[in-house]
Amino acid sequence: MHTGKKEQYMMKEFKWNKLAMGMLAIFLSTFSAFASAEDTVKVGVAGAHSGDLASYGLPSVRAAELVVKKANENGGILGSRIELFIEDDVCKPEIATNTATKLISQGVDAVVGHICSGATKAALAIYKDANVICMSPSATNPPLTQSGDYPNFYRTIASDDAQARLQVDYAIEVLKAEKIAVIHDKGDYGKGLAEFAKIFIGKEPGAEVVLYEGITPGAVDYSAVVQKIKHSKAEAVIFGGYHPEASKIVMQMRRKRIKAHFISDDGVRDATFIKVAGKYAEGVYATGPKDTTKNPLAIAAIEAHKKAYGSEPGAFFLNAYAASQALLSAIEKAGSTDYEAVTSALKNYYVETPLGKIKFDERGDAIGIGFSMYQVKNGNYIEVQ
Amino acid sequence: MDYFLELFLGGLTRGSIYALIALGYTMVYGIIQLINFAHGEIYMIGAFTALIVISVLMSTGMNPVAVILIAGFVAVIYSCAYGFTLEKIAYKPLRNAPRLSALISAIGMSLFLQNYVLLAQTCDFLPFPNLIPDFECIEPFAHIIGSTDVVILVTTAVVMIILTILIRYTKIGKAMRATSQDRVMASLMGIDVNTVISFTFILGSATAAIGGVLIASHIGMINFYIGFIAGIKAFVAAVLGGIGSLPGAVLGGFVLGWTESFATGYISSDYEDVFAFLFLVLILIFKPSGILGRSEQSKV
Repeated sequence: MHTGKKEQYMMKEFKWNKLAMGMLAIFLSTFSAFASAEDTVKVGVAGAHSGDLASYGLPSVRAAELVVKKANENGGILGSRIELFIEDDVCKPEIATNTATKLISQGVDAVVGHICSGATKAALAIYKDANVICMSPSATNPPLTQSGDYPNFYRTIASDDAQARLQVDYAIEVLKAEKIAVIHDKGDYGKGLAEFAKIFIGKEPGAEVVLYEGITPGAVDYSAVVQKIKHSKAEAVIFGGYHPEASKIVMQMRRKRIKAHFISDDGVRDATFIKVAGKYAEGVYATGPKDTTKNPLAIAAIEAHKKAYGSEPGAFFLNAYAASQALLSAIEKAGSTDYEAVTSALKNYYVETPLGKIKFDERGDAIGIGFSMYQVKNGNYIEVQ
Repeated sequence: MDYFLELFLGGLTRGSIYALIALGYTMVYGIIQLINFAHGEIYMIGAFTALIVISVLMSTGMNPVAVILIAGFVAVIYSCAYGFTLEKIAYKPLRNAPRLSALISAIGMSLFLQNYVLLAQTCDFLPFPNLIPDFECIEPFAHIIGSTDVVILVTTAVVMIILTILIRYTKIGKAMRATSQDRVMASLMGIDVNTVISFTFILGSATAAIGGVLIASHIGMINFYIGFIAGIKAFVAAVLGGIGSLPGAVLGGFVLGWTESFATGYISSDYEDVFAFLFLVLILIFKPSGILGRSEQSKV
């Protein structure tokens, strides 16, 4: 009995001991967590990592992982390791706000993401209040940078209107066209580009839109529209849409002896266009993303992906790779993760990425990323210098 | 004035192609009161057959004019075989079934043929070589009308004349007219109704194949889906002109072609289809049987 009492007492003591030790452990771990927060640079990766758009978001995670792994192997940046915080927003604006809040509560210094323009916009306000830099590899909505509402936003992809901008500049400055016809296929892509082109031409003195028309895709022929182009005396035609309609229009234009320049978009920069339009395709202009296939950094990044994951990288992989590199390099150049210092580093220093040598303009768009003009010469699209 | 003329001729060319396809719709409807939705697919198969023949013959270095004539001929034969088989498989067993069954069968055949070509050939657009040479005598007018347009117009006129002669003045034409008036009575008078119906399908398929070859060399590309849109437009043309009437189909094709062309030229191509179908609705409101259609008494 006596023994029993003593045992009971000992157990009680032991319990207290255990509790104290547990508390100590919790205290210690919390403390060590704070300690490690001082040591690492925290980078968030946000985007669609599940759901039907996951294929757009997951390549960015892999890109960030590859860049960070390589940086950590080389001793990290500013003497500390880089830590990734990966959060899913399923490309939905209402979830993206939660994602952003969570990343901020985890104390991230910068974010690579988000993927979809809508989700990016929803998250940006939260990052802005917390002074966190956000760099998207894929959000192409023009107002994100152009509105000036989000000084903390950057992107390593050209905005939706970049193609239209290039088409209009090329038509006016290089081809010296004053009368321009703008035609589109009434689709989201083609009509979106045509609307931008129309606005840009309207702002240029000495140039005017002489014709703005939508055509029905798949129609039997476009002779009436072609007559209208001729009647408008346009010197250049800017077409927004895809190659089946573009080749029909070009062929009918040339057969009607209309010599106006034909300028189109990435939807027409397709081998099928040349195959179908044949000799009539010669001299046609089309904008398209700058060629990165010969960039050694891009080749290396793709090789690293194949080695680590055993497959070809997916959409926006190189853009996300460039974004991760640009952020890390800016933090390194700034010498700290301070918002102002990193912002100025992003805008002032060039960084070598798989997409070429880039830095950012005042609005947050990458200089050195974007579209080139291609022209059909001898049955191939050649980049115009 | 030049502009008006250009739009007029453009509409005429487009209308001729609608008319060539519409003839098939209207003949079949005239004989068995069936809207043959697979007709557009016959047109597409005609174009594909011609392309295959052209690819083979071109490699032998033959004269382009000879190539397109042979290709057109083979396409007609091939399409006729398809039209004949189509009727035997999908419509003949349903001849005494309710009309709706045959209509559903026609839609089924249309989907089947589209996907058959998609699988057997490709889903991509294929270039169709323009083998119609630029005529020298047309060169001064090339900015208004091209050689291809001239060939299309002439061919439509010739096909139309041959069909009229065939139906008005030959024995089989007489049998077709009799069958269209009253199938039972015609068979009682010793007309082989099955042969007449098969012949109608063959005739319709032949005009569709000619249309297919012409439009393919006009726009320079084909894919498995071209039959659908052309078929819908031709069907509209047939209804516009009065389904069951041959001159009606041609007139309907022209009216539709002109409506589209002028709507695009003077208003906006954004509303091309809107005006075309608005016109159809207006005509059907004021003349429910179409421009040249006979008003049909419902049989009691």
